[in-house]
Amino acid sequence: MSLKIDKTKCMGCGACITVCPYDAIVIEEGVARIGEYCQLCQACLSSCPEGAIMERKEDQAAVPSEDLASWRGVWVFAEQREGRVAPVAFELLGEGRKLASARGTELSAVLFGASRNDAAELVKWGADKVYYCGDDIFRGFADEPNAELLSRLISKHKPEVVLAGATAIGRSFLPRVAARLKTGLTADCTSLDIETDTGNLIQTRPAYGGNIMASILSPRTRPQMATVRPKVMKTGRYETGRHGEIIDIDAAGIKARTRVLETIKATESGVNVNLQEADVIISGGRGLKGKEGFEMLKELARLLNGTVGASRAAVDEGWIPYCHQVGQTGKTVCPKLYIACGISGAVQHLVGMQSSDVIVAINKNPEAPIFSAATYGLVGDLNEVVPLLIKKLRERKGGQ
Amino acid sequence: MKIAVCIKQVPDTAEVRINRETGTLIREGVPSIINPYDTHAIEAALSIREMLGGTVCAVTMGPPQAEASLREAISLGVDEAFLVTGREFAGADTLATACALSGVIKKIGADLIICGKQAIDGDTAQVGPEVAEFLDIPHVSYVKKIIEVNAESIKVERMMDDGSDIVEAGLPALITVVRELNTPRLPSLKGKMNAKKAEIKKMGAAELGLPPEVVGFNGSPTQVKKIFTPGPRGGRKQLEGPLEEQIDALINELLEKKCL
Ligand SMILES: Cc1cc2nc3c(=O)[nH]c(=O)nc-3n(C[C@H](O)[C@H](O)[C@H](O)COP(=O)(O)OP(=O)(O)OC[C@H]3O[C@@H](n4cnc5c(N)ncnc54)[C@H](O)[C@@H]3O)c2cc1C
Ligand SMILES: Nc1ncnc2c1ncn2[C@@H]1O[C@H](COP(=O)(O)O)[C@@H](O)[C@H]1O
Repeated sequence: MSLKIDKTKCMGCGACITVCPYDAIVIEEGVARIGEYCQLCQACLSSCPEGAIMERKEDQAAVPSEDLASWRGVWVFAEQREGRVAPVAFELLGEGRKLASARGTELSAVLFGASRNDAAELVKWGADKVYYCGDDIFRGFADEPNAELLSRLISKHKPEVVLAGATAIGRSFLPRVAARLKTGLTADCTSLDIETDTGNLIQTRPAYGGNIMASILSPRTRPQMATVRPKVMKTGRYETGRHGEIIDIDAAGIKARTRVLETIKATESGVNVNLQEADVIISGGRGLKGKEGFEMLKELARLLNGTVGASRAAVDEGWIPYCHQVGQTGKTVCPKLYIACGISGAVQHLVGMQSSDVIVAINKNPEAPIFSAATYGLVGDLNEVVPLLIKKLRERKGGQ
Repeated sequence: MKIAVCIKQVPDTAEVRINRETGTLIREGVPSIINPYDTHAIEAALSIREMLGGTVCAVTMGPPQAEASLREAISLGVDEAFLVTGREFAGADTLATACALSGVIKKIGADLIICGKQAIDGDTAQVGPEVAEFLDIPHVSYVKKIIEVNAESIKVERMMDDGSDIVEAGLPALITVVRELNTPRLPSLKGKMNAKKAEIKKMGAAELGLPPEVVGFNGSPTQVKKIFTPGPRGGRKQLEGPLEEQIDALINELLEKKCL
């Protein structure tokens, strides 16, 4: 591919120069020229008021469509940790069902580790087939055995779409599968769609710290792989009477060159820190003024059966460990309820929580950007608001 | 011990603004920086070198301007710097990037490769594990603590969603690191002097023995089809009145929405 300027249309206005992240465009003799620094990011394409910038795709070999058509079916990698299947698997089965119906194909799940009973559960959540391997090698998480066995299965059965959760596990080992199969992988998608005729998966995800969204295709290779953010897709229907096939897989010859020596569960005074799975997150920022502030939030979290998050400012101050950080350089969360206390709402924070169902912002500054992301905004001092909220919630609970 | 650090030059996304009318990124005046995670990777490499001796090489794939990031790495104490650059690398996705980076790492050889967890422009966190796969070596992601490292193996603590794991791997291996790992040092005066005169070794696909169809746009299975700005969220409600009433109203709304 290359980007070309239509010299007859170019007015030399320089709009493209302003948007080019690589300083690759110069104006020569009144028209723009794209030089050698161009990284093909296409930022300039939509900037041109005259439509003078064109994509040329001449140098990419076309793939015979029969090759692509031999790949059929939608797969969901159901991750487990310590024998418990992660809820994102059920969400992916819900989404996978839609994609499979659009293409008129089967929906399969892949489960490594956990029990055969868990495999049967995946059928009830919507899988037509479950490829199951209960080998001991999957007890602690190691990238290579997961990557190797999944790659083997994909090469053998040729699914056209493979989805996994955008979790610590999924985002760590799926890239190995993609690299082994030389296929495309899109990270941390927040929405998926499929072109019914071509089967191209339209994978949409945030980039540039959430400043922009990008829709990504992998039109020339199969399978199309994506990791999908937990909690953004709706789970499918759970049907006790559903039937499906469980196919036992052998892990012969699968090796791990990493060893998990110990697994440490993070809980703090009874509050779980798995932010990605939490339905309720109470987050605190610099406005909390110190460690004690977080004690108050933990109390609220316990009351609401939730967990505690934090802005980077609060983490940097050392008030709470990094594993609680929400945002671009922390975790991306999508709870039913997110309460932001004393957080200004910098874009790097917003990107990590703005897909939450309901957002409550508590901030004393009515101009704080967090309010523009909030479902409910409460302008006030959190040292008054939070204790009062706790008190009122207690009263209601007591009264029930 | 020979350590390679993969660093990427990125726009400081904290400074990136959006032109709401055109839906494009306003890059004007936005400084380029070393990807923040990669500064932790550099720090980790330097402190291992201080313990065990050896050399630290910084590797980047990018346009010619990326040389500035490599000089910055040298000012921090990195010994050697390699820039993979050329037209043929333009338009690379994570797979094509990993292919190019693994090509140069094969050439220079390394016992330990350290990457940042993710780059803040693409936020994919895929390049590290993909490089490991291309090199056929084990990897450990999201390393928040290096517990032990010697000539044969490395023992680390890796962040997981529900806690952490202590993981051991034989070398050569690749790790990707998170911010909690360390506090990056500042450049020294001597480092800055070194950076000015240091030679940055440049390589193209031909020198790396990579055919043009595996790098850059041609070697990239994923393609960006559309870029757009996220729409504003609807349903916003500013609560009003005395605090107590606001809180009552909030609780009622949340109960109605089944959030409580
Ligand atoms: C590359 C990069 C990555 C980043 N990644 C992240 C990330 O992952 N997550 C993240 O959160 N940030 C991230 N940041 C930082 C981000 O830009 C902001 O600096 C940070 O989110 C600010 O945190 P804060 O809102 O807690 O603090 P501040 O911006 O200082 O805001 C504090 C807020 O508290 C309010 N307040 C003060 N006292 C009270 C009170 N008594 N009652 C009520 N309100 C009060 C104030 O009005 C203010 O709005 C990143 C930055 C960069 C450059
Ligand atoms: N072009 C590049 N040059 C060097 N290292 C890179 C490049 N792209 C990514 N990396 C490394 O891979 C990590 C993850 O990047 P990403 O997968 O793009 O989020 C970064 O923190 C870097 O260590």
